[in-house]
Amino acid sequence: MLGNLARASSFAGHMDGLFWLITIIVGVWFIAAEAMFFWLIFRFRARPGVAAQYVTGKEPHLKRWINWPHTLILICDVVIIVAAINVWVEVKQSLPPADLTVKVMSQQWTWTFTDPGPDGKIDTADDVRTTDELHLITGKSYHFILESKDVLHSFFVPAFRLKQDAIPGRTYTGWFKPTVPGTYDILCAEICGMGHGVMGAKLVVEDPAAHAAWLGQHARDAALTAMNTAPPDTAAAAASAPH
Amino acid sequence: MAYEPQTSHAPAAAHGHHEPSFFHKYLWSTDHKIIGFQYMFTGMALAMIGAFMAYVFRMQLAFPGASVPGYGVVSPANYNALITNHGSIMIFWVAMPVLLAGFGNFLIPLMVGADDMVFPRINRLSYQIFLLSALVLVSSLFVKNGGFGGAWTAYPPLSANQTYNLTPLGSSLWVLAVALEFVAFLLGGINFIVTSMNSRAQGMKAFDVPIVVWMIVIASILFMASVGPLIAGAVMLLFDQLLGTSFYNPGRGGDPILWQHLFWFFGHPEVYVVLLPAMGIVAEIMTVFSRKKLFAYKTVIYTLIATGVLSFFVWAHHQFVAGIDPRMANVFTVTTVLISIPIAEMCFVYIATLYGGSITLSTPMLWALAFMAEFLIGGVTGIYLGASGLDIFFHDTYFVVAHFHYTFFPIAVIAVFAGITFWFPKMFGRYMSDGWGKVHFWGTIIPFNAIFIPLFILGAAGEHRRIFDYHSFPHLATPGLQALRIMATVSLLVMLAFQPVFLINFVNGIFRGKKADKNPWKSNTLEWTTESPPPHGNWAEMPVVYRGPYEYSVPGRAEDYWPQNEKA
Repeated sequence: MLGNLARASSFAGHMDGLFWLITIIVGVWFIAAEAMFFWLIFRFRARPGVAAQYVTGKEPHLKRWINWPHTLILICDVVIIVAAINVWVEVKQSLPPADLTVKVMSQQWTWTFTDPGPDGKIDTADDVRTTDELHLITGKSYHFILESKDVLHSFFVPAFRLKQDAIPGRTYTGWFKPTVPGTYDILCAEICGMGHGVMGAKLVVEDPAAHAAWLGQHARDAALTAMNTAPPDTAAAAASAPH
Repeated sequence: MAYEPQTSHAPAAAHGHHEPSFFHKYLWSTDHKIIGFQYMFTGMALAMIGAFMAYVFRMQLAFPGASVPGYGVVSPANYNALITNHGSIMIFWVAMPVLLAGFGNFLIPLMVGADDMVFPRINRLSYQIFLLSALVLVSSLFVKNGGFGGAWTAYPPLSANQTYNLTPLGSSLWVLAVALEFVAFLLGGINFIVTSMNSRAQGMKAFDVPIVVWMIVIASILFMASVGPLIAGAVMLLFDQLLGTSFYNPGRGGDPILWQHLFWFFGHPEVYVVLLPAMGIVAEIMTVFSRKKLFAYKTVIYTLIATGVLSFFVWAHHQFVAGIDPRMANVFTVTTVLISIPIAEMCFVYIATLYGGSITLSTPMLWALAFMAEFLIGGVTGIYLGASGLDIFFHDTYFVVAHFHYTFFPIAVIAVFAGITFWFPKMFGRYMSDGWGKVHFWGTIIPFNAIFIPLFILGAAGEHRRIFDYHSFPHLATPGLQALRIMATVSLLVMLAFQPVFLINFVNGIFRGKKADKNPWKSNTLEWTTESPPPHGNWAEMPVVYRGPYEYSVPGRAEDYWPQNEKA
C-alpha cells in the first residue's frame, strides 16, 4: 500500500485496488467539501456595512446544494459497499480448494507453525513444527488452521493483506496463496499481554526446491525447531524484501 | 422565589440569610451550574493525566528504551497500562464528563429557561459517584503489579484471567471504575432528558430548543439505551475475575466474543454520545459568529435522529476479523457505510450555514470552524475502515488510531475549547484574552495535524497497535518509519507546550479578566438573557419564549439578532 509494503498474496492487489478506489472517491468529496468550506469563510468574512443574509434553508436554489450531494453520496456509498464486499467475499467468505494446509497455533507470546512435511499432508508423522518461522511455497494455495491456547491473538501478515483473530476454543480455517518469494513479517495484531510487543514471526515464501531443501535441513537437524527463536537480522531481512 | 423548594436544601443566595460556606457552595451544591463546573474541572484534571500518559508512551515509541524525563524507563507492562488508561481516561473521564455532563449541566437549564435540573439531588449524587469512579481509576494505577494493561476494550480472556494479564488488582479496579462511571452518567442522563422535556420555558416548543440541547438529549438517550448491556457485561467480567465464574472462559463453556458484542453494542453509539454534544456546541458558535440562521434546523434534527438510530446497527464493524460469521460482515459494512449519509448531510448543513453570513474569526469561532475542517478528515477515513474488505488490512493498525483521533480530538479537545471560550463570559462574568486564545489555537491545531497524519502513513505501512517497541518486526523497524514516529512525538511535545497558555489564560480570566455584560456576543438563546454569571435559580423573573433560537439578521430589524424572549 504505502511505504515499501510488498504485495505477496493473490488477493493483495485487489485489496490495494479497493484502497485506491476509496481514496479517489472520498478524496474528491473531501477536497470539494474543504474547498467550499474555506471559500465560504473567505467570501462571507465580516465587512463593514455588509449585513448577513436571512436564509432559512428552505429556498430551493440553496437546498439543492444539500440534496444533490446527498444523492451523489448515496451512489458513491453503493459503489464502495459493492467493491468492499467483493474483496471481503474473496478473502473471508470463500474457501478455494487447497494444495497444502498449515496449522498456526498462537499462545502468549509465540507462534507455532505446522508444515505438512514432505508428503504434503497435514496430521501425518512427517509434519514439521517450527516456532516463530513459517515457510511457504510460491504459487500454492494454502488453507491455514488458526487456533489459540490462551487469550485472543491475531494472525496478521501485512504483505498478504491478511488478518484474522485467533480465539481460544475455536478453530478457524482460512486461505491464502503466496505469489512473491521473499521474507516477510508475521505480527500479532490483538493485544495479548505483556509480551504482545515481541510476538512476531518470520515468514519465508520460497520456490518448491528451496522449500524441499529447508525441509531436508530440518530433518537433518531436528533440534533446530527449538532454537529458532533468535530475533531475525533486521538489515538482512529488510534488504531481501521486494520493493 | 424563582425555584422549587426541593432545591433549597443547598443554602443559596436566594435565602438571603447568610452566604453559604465554600463547602456548600462549591462541593455539596445542587446548583446545575456548579455541578457542571465540578464535572468540567474534574475532567480537565483527568485530561492532564491522560495527556501525560500520551507523552510517556509517545516518547517510548520515538526513543525506545530511553528513560523518559519525568517517568523513567517504560517497561512493556507499563506501556500496556499507559495506553489502556490513556484511552479509558480520555473517553470515559474526559470526553464524557466535560462534553456531556459539564456542558449538559451548565447549558440545559439555562438554554431551556429552567431554574435548575428537575432532580437536583440526583444530579449531585451523579457527580459524587463520578468522582468516586475517577478516584478508583487513578488508584488502580498504583496498586501491586500495576494498572490494567489489556487495552480500553478489555477483551477477555486477557482481561478476565489474572494468569494472563498479570494485574489482578489493577484489572478489577479498572472494571469497577468503569461500571461506577456508567452509573454516574445514567443518573445524569435522566436529568438531561426529563429537564428538556418538562421544564422548558413558557412558549418554548420542541423546535424552539437550541440544537446543542437537542444533541445532548439525543446523546443521553443513546447512552442510556446502549449502556445496559455493557454494565451487565462488566459485572460478568468482574465475576470472572473475582469469583471464578466462566462467562468468557471458553475452557468451561463461556465465550470471549460475547464481551465484544456487549462492549461494542455500547461502544459505537458511545462515539455519537460524545460527538453529538460537540456538534451542538459548534452549531451554536457558528450561527452566532456568522450572524446567520442555522441552515435547515429541522434537517439537522432529522439527521441527528437518523444517526442515533443507525448507530445501534453498526457495532460489529469493530469485529470484522474477530471471528464472527463472515456473512454478518456484509450486513454491517452496509449499515456502517450508510451512516455517512446523515453525518455528511449534517456537515453540509453546517457548511451551508456560512453562506451569506458575516463571519468574524473570534477564538471560539476559530475552534468551531477547526472542528468542521478536522472532523471531515476523521469522517472520510472512517469509510476505509467501514469497508469490510479493506478493514481486513487496516483493523488494529495505526490507521485506526489516526482515524479515531481525528474524530475524538475534534470532539473532546477542539469542541471543548470552542465551548469554553464561547461560554466563558457567561460562566464567570469575565472575558478570556482573545489574543492569547488565538496563540493557543494555532499552537494546538498545527501540531495536532503533525501528530496524526504520520500515523495514517504508518498504519498504511502495516504498523500494528499497542506495541511498545518495533524492533521485533524487521519491516516496521526501518529508519523511514522511525522518522515518522519521531515526528509524531515531537509534534506532541510542541502541542503540550502550548497548553499552559490556555490554563494561564483561563485562570487569569476567572480572576482578572475584563468584566463581561449579559450578552457579549449578541446571541439569541436564553442563557444570554440572565446575569453573567447567573445566580442560583438562574433568573429573577423566568423568561418567556416567542421564537426559535437562530433568528439572526432578520430583514427589517435594526439589530441583527432577536433574543428568544423578546416580545415581537
